[in-house]
Amino acid sequence: MALLALTGCATRNDFYVLLPGKGPSPGALTVTSGNETHTLDQPYAAARVSRPGSVSGEKTSEAEVRQTFGPALAAQPARPVSFYLYFLQDTDEFAPESKQVVSQLFAEIARRPAPEIVVIGHTDRVGSVPYNDTLSLRRAERVRDELVKLGVPRARISVAGRGEREPEVPTADEVAEPRNRRVEINVR
Amino acid sequence: MKFPMIFLALPLALTIGVLQAAAAEDAGQIKVSKGAVQIERSGERMPAPVGSVVRQGDLVITGADGSVGITFRDNSLLSVGPDSVLSIDRFVFDSTTHQGAFESSLKQGTLAVVSGKLAKQSPEAMKVRTPAAILGVRGTEFLVRTGSKD
Repeated sequence: MALLALTGCATRNDFYVLLPGKGPSPGALTVTSGNETHTLDQPYAAARVSRPGSVSGEKTSEAEVRQTFGPALAAQPARPVSFYLYFLQDTDEFAPESKQVVSQLFAEIARRPAPEIVVIGHTDRVGSVPYNDTLSLRRAERVRDELVKLGVPRARISVAGRGEREPEVPTADEVAEPRNRRVEINVR
Repeated sequence: MKFPMIFLALPLALTIGVLQAAAAEDAGQIKVSKGAVQIERSGERMPAPVGSVVRQGDLVITGADGSVGITFRDNSLLSVGPDSVLSIDRFVFDSTTHQGAFESSLKQGTLAVVSGKLAKQSPEAMKVRTPAAILGVRGTEFLVRTGSKD
């Protein structure tokens, strides 16, 4: 059937739709065929390509989308969810509320098919970028080791260090900010 | 960090499904698999149940009753409907900087996309192709249908 699609290019039945999404803005999608480009930037804005090089815009609806894309939409994986652990200042200890977070985390893991856990360390902006990359990765590895002790299979966990690139509270460089010294546990 | 022993019950729940270690070359993992779903890798086709890994270079193929949902390492979510062929042309993701590239081609059928960290980091990072068009993605959810006219 791939062969059919590749050779049958003369008349197309192509349809592209921008969905509202879950964020504050729907973002944008550009559809380019030959020399023509059409930009979709409103929810349910759509583009049709009936032959290569010809893109026409139109508006579609949730009902029409369900009809054409129902099975693909029904097969969407559950959206990844993040949990956060915070560190007490100048210690190796987690803040007390972290225990409750861990119980929510375990419920989330148990609920998902083939769950993967990504432990992502974040730092505040005290120190250099490379230093914070290393520090954030070390924090993530420590949390990973705790999760393994609690019974999460190691093979399901990966670690990442985001350093100071993704602060929860934006600050100037070299500002100490406890809310940015955190470890994110992303479950997907 | 001390937590109650109740959490030790979890490993039991996790043994359900296919256990596969996350390797560097893995691009994503199948989270939803209904009906006929196959992965073609290096010319060989294999069934693709929940928990199967998807790699750069793979073709994901669904039959008339098939649909499949894949979560990629950058948290992009791609799902395809029946009678579809999706090619994972390129997947590179740096989990520290969020830089890399995600290029895929829908050869035939229907596709739903929720873009992830790569598209958020750089509008140029994610591209989806069809036989007739190329799509540029700026942090978004969208749908693609491609096929020749009956």
